[in-house]
Amino acid sequence: MSDVLQVNALRTHFFTHAGVVKAVDGVDFTVRKGEVMGLVGESGSGKSITGFSILGLIDPPGRIVDGSIRFNGAEIANAPEPELQKLRGNRIAMIFQDPMMTLNPVLRIDTQMIEAILAHEDIPRQTAWERSRDALGLVGIPSPEERLRAYPHQLSGGMRQRVAIATAFLNRPDLIIADEPTTALDVTIQAQIIHEAQKLTRQTGTAMIWITHDLAVVAGLADHISVMYAGRIVEQGATDDVIDRPLHPYTVGLLGSVPSANKRGQRLYQIEGMTPNMLAMPTGCAFAPRCRAATPGCDTAPPITDIDGRHLRCHHPQTVGVAS
Amino acid sequence: MTVFIIRRLMQAILVVFLMSVIVFFGVNVIGDPVHMLVSPDADQADIEATIRRLGLDRPIWEQYLLFVSGAAQGNLGNSFIFGEPALKLILHHMPATLELAFSALFLAVAVGVPLGLYAGLYPDSPLSKGIMAGSILGFSLPTFWVGLMLIMLFAVELGWLPSTGRGDTGHILGIETSLATRDGLSHVLLPAMNLALLKISLAIRLTRAGVREAMGQDYVKYARAKGLSTRRIVFVHVLKNIMIPVVTVMGLEFGSLIGFSVVTESIFAWPGMGKLLIDAILQLDRPVVVAYLMIIVLFFVLINLIVDILYSILDPRVRLRDQGA
Amino acid sequence: MSDVIAPETAAPAAKVETPFRRFVSEFFESRIATVALCVLGLIILLAVLAPWITPQNPYDLAQVDVLDGRLPPGSEAFAGYTMWLGSDGSGRDLYSAILYGLRISLSVGVASGIIALAIGMAIGLLAAYAGGRTENIIMRVVDLQLSFPAALVALMLVAILGKGIDKIILALVVAQWAYYARTVRGTALVERNKEYVEAAQCLGLSRLRVVFRHILPNCLAPLIVVGTVQTAHAISLEATLSFLGVGLPQTEPSLGVLIANGFEYMLSGRYWISVFPGLALLFTVVSINLVGDQLRDVLNPRLKK
Ligand SMILES: Nc1ncnc2c1ncn2[C@@H]1O[C@H](COP(=O)(O)OP(=O)(O)O)[C@@H](O)[C@H]1O
Ligand code: SF4
Ligand SMILES: [Mg+2]
Repeated sequence: MSDVLQVNALRTHFFTHAGVVKAVDGVDFTVRKGEVMGLVGESGSGKSITGFSILGLIDPPGRIVDGSIRFNGAEIANAPEPELQKLRGNRIAMIFQDPMMTLNPVLRIDTQMIEAILAHEDIPRQTAWERSRDALGLVGIPSPEERLRAYPHQLSGGMRQRVAIATAFLNRPDLIIADEPTTALDVTIQAQIIHEAQKLTRQTGTAMIWITHDLAVVAGLADHISVMYAGRIVEQGATDDVIDRPLHPYTVGLLGSVPSANKRGQRLYQIEGMTPNMLAMPTGCAFAPRCRAATPGCDTAPPITDIDGRHLRCHHPQTVGVAS
Repeated sequence: MTVFIIRRLMQAILVVFLMSVIVFFGVNVIGDPVHMLVSPDADQADIEATIRRLGLDRPIWEQYLLFVSGAAQGNLGNSFIFGEPALKLILHHMPATLELAFSALFLAVAVGVPLGLYAGLYPDSPLSKGIMAGSILGFSLPTFWVGLMLIMLFAVELGWLPSTGRGDTGHILGIETSLATRDGLSHVLLPAMNLALLKISLAIRLTRAGVREAMGQDYVKYARAKGLSTRRIVFVHVLKNIMIPVVTVMGLEFGSLIGFSVVTESIFAWPGMGKLLIDAILQLDRPVVVAYLMIIVLFFVLINLIVDILYSILDPRVRLRDQGA
Repeated sequence: MSDVIAPETAAPAAKVETPFRRFVSEFFESRIATVALCVLGLIILLAVLAPWITPQNPYDLAQVDVLDGRLPPGSEAFAGYTMWLGSDGSGRDLYSAILYGLRISLSVGVASGIIALAIGMAIGLLAAYAGGRTENIIMRVVDLQLSFPAALVALMLVAILGKGIDKIILALVVAQWAYYARTVRGTALVERNKEYVEAAQCLGLSRLRVVFRHILPNCLAPLIVVGTVQTAHAISLEATLSFLGVGLPQTEPSLGVLIANGFEYMLSGRYWISVFPGLALLFTVVSINLVGDQLRDVLNPRLKK
C-alpha cells in the first residue's frame, strides 16, 4: 500500500455563537509515499483546519463532524487522544507558518528538539541530543552545537524555520504537514527553505502536504496540487496539468495573480470580490459571486467531475488558458 | 542605564523629602507637638524642658531642619513606654514582620499558582468556578475578619494551630526566625495564611489569565503537534512562560504585604513592627509612631526604586524610552 | 438601482430601546448580580429603618440591662423580647446593635466615597483641563500616592489625626481620592484624542466646555464603577481601623467596633458577638463588590464581545 494518507469527505465545523462555520466541508485527497501534495487557496479557505484535522488538533467549538482520515490504512479521524498523541510529531509532523510564534520563547532550542524525540522514544538524553545536532546540520545550520544552546529570539527567522524543519524530520515521520512555512520569510530565504525541505523529502521518502496561498511556491515543489476554496477542494490534479491547463475559474484566477517572468510589467490580476462569509455561504457554487463564468445554473452546487484524471467542482470548466 | 538609575534615585530622595515634610507637619502643625512628643504624665518642668530641647519656641522652618537633621542621624526620639530609641525598637521588630511577609508571599505563590493553573486549564469545570468565586471572596473579605475566622476554626474549634505569638525561634544562616523550628512554623502558618489571602486571590487571577492566554498561543499548538504529553505542555511550556510575569507582580506586592501585616500582626499578637505601631498608637507612644511612618515611607520608596531598576534591566524598552527622553 | 427599492419602512418599535433600558436588562442578566443587588437593597433598607424595626435602642442606656450580657442567640431578654442573635458583653441585643452599626458603617463609607469622588473628580478634571505641566505634576502625585496601599495611607493618617468619625472620613477620603482622579484622567486621555473633541476644539469651543460637555459625561460610567468598588473598600477599611481600635470610638459603634468588642469573647466560645456583626459586614461588602463587578461588565464596552 503506497497511500500514506487518504482523506474522504472530511467535514470540520465550528459551532460558534454566531452560527456554524463550515471551515472544511467535504474534502477528499490522497497523498502517496514520498509525494508532495500542494494545498493551495486564499486565506480563510480552510487549509490550516484541514491540516489540524489530520493531526486531531481541532479544539472546541470545532469538531470533525464527518468523513474519514486513513493514515497508513488505519482510521484516525476522531481517534482516542493517546493514539493521536503517539502519531503526532512521530509519524505525522507539522511545521507552522510563523517560526517566531511557534518556538517557545523561554525554552532553549535543545530542550524543544530533544523533548520531541523523548516524547516518542525511550532513549538516553545524550543520544537524543546528538540526533538533534545532526538534524540541524542536515538543514544547513552552521555550528549546530552552538545553536542548540540558543534561545529562539537569538536566531533569525529563516534559522528558526530551519530548526522547525529539522524538528519535523527528527523522528523520520511518514508525513509532514507544512502550513505556509515560508510565508513569513523573505524571498531568498524562502527559496532556500523550499530547497532544503525538498531535498530532505527526497532523501527520506517522507510524504508532505505543503500548504500555501501562493501557487508559484508549489509549482516547482509539489507532485500534485489541490486547490481549496471555502472549505472545499475545487480542482485537483498533477501539478503540471493544473498549472498549465487550469480548468476551474478560481484556479485560473489564482494563476492570474502569480507574478511571473513573461508578464513582468503588467498589472497583477486579482480575483475580484472577497472570500465568502463562512456563516452565510451561497447555496450553489461558493465561488459564483466572484466568478466571471458564472451562469444562473451555478445556483446548484456543482458535483465532482473527473476530466483527464483530474477532479473538478465546476459547471463550466475553462478550456482556454490563463485569463489575460 | 546609569542616567536612569541616578534620575530614579533623585526622584526617590524627593519623595522621602516630601513625606518627611508631610509627617513633620502632620505631627507638629496639625497635631499638638507638645502633646504628641511629651509623655502624658510629664509635669510642667518636663514639658518646658522638652519644648526647649525640641526647639518648639523657634520658627517652624528651623524646627523642620532640626527634625530632619535628627532623623538623618537616626534620632527620632525615645519611646515613652520602653524608654529606648524609637528607631532601634522598630528595627528590632522588623525581622518578625519580614518573616511573616515572606511566608505569606511564599504561600500566595504556592497556593495561588496551582489553583490558577487549574482554573485556567479547565475554565468550565465546577471546581474552577468554585476557585474563581473563592478568589472574588478573597478580594472582598476584610483581612481582619478572615483572621478572626481562622482563629475560631483552627485554634478554638479544632485546636490544631496556635493563634498567638511567634513560638520557638531558631537560627537559619545566623538569622533568628520562627521558620527554623516546628513550633515556630506552626505559629507562622495561620497569620501567614491570613496575610496571604488577598495575594492568593491575586495569584489565582494572574495565573488563570496567563494560562488562558498561553493555551491559545501557537507555541502550545506546536508543542501538541510534536506529540508532547499534556503534563509536559502545562508544566514546562506554559508554566515557564507565565511564571515570569506572575512572580514579578507578586514581588511588587511585597510592600503591600508589609503594610497589611499591621492588621494580621494585631490579630495574631505577632511581635512585628505592625503590632508595635498599633500598640504605640493606642498607648500614645508618638515617637514610635513617627519613626514607624518614616521607616515605612523609606521602605516603600526603596521597593519602588528597586522594582523600577529591575524592570529597566529586564525590559530593554524601558531603557530605550529613557535614553530618548 | 436604488430607485426600484422603496425606502425601508421602519417597523413600529414595540418598545423603545433606550440606553438606560438596555443597561438595566443587561445588568439583570447575571443571576448573582441580581441577588447581590437585592441583598444590598435589603441591607440598606434595614439600616435606614433600624429605629423602627429593632426591639431596643442599644445606645440608650435605659433600655440596656447588663444582666442580659453574653446571652446566646435565641435567649429571652429581661424586657421580654427574644434576642435572636444573642447579646453582647454589656447586654445589648445584637440584632439591634448590628442594624445601628450598619447605619454608621454605611454612612461613613458612603460619605467618604462621595467626598473622595468629588475631590478626585475635580482634581482629575483640572488635570485634564490644564494639561501640560499642571497635569504632569498632578499625575505624579496621584501615582505616588497609589504606590502606597490605601490601607496604609489611612492608617498613617489616623495615627497622626487620632480617633473620631470626622477624622476617619478625612483619612478615607485622602486614601481614596487618587483612584477617582486617575479614573477621570484615564477617560480624559481617551476622549481628548477622539475626533469629536478635536472637532469641538476646531469649532472654537472653550476648553472648559470641552471638559464639561465631552470629558465629564464620558467619565461617569467608569466613575460609577470605581465608586461602587471604592465604597465597599472604604466600609471594609473603616471596619478594619475600628477593629484595630484606631478608627471609630465606642460611642460610634460601627460594625468594626462591634466585632472588636466580641473578639475577647471569641476565644471562650461565645462566637456570636463577633460573628454576626462580621457576617453583616461581609454581606454588605461582598454584595457591593458583586454589583460593582457586574456594573463594570455592563458599562465597559471594551469587555463586551
Ligand atoms: N476557532 C475557530 N472558530 C471559528 N471559526 C474558525 C476557527 N478557526 C478557524 N475558523 C474558520 O475556519 C476558516 C478556515 O480557517 P483556516 O483553515 O485557518 O484558513 P486558511 O486556509 O487560511 O489556513 C476560516 O474562515 C476561519 O474563520
Ligand atoms: S460552478 Fe459556475 S460559478 Fe462556480 S466556478 Fe464554475 S462557473 Fe464559476
Ligand atoms: Mg492558515
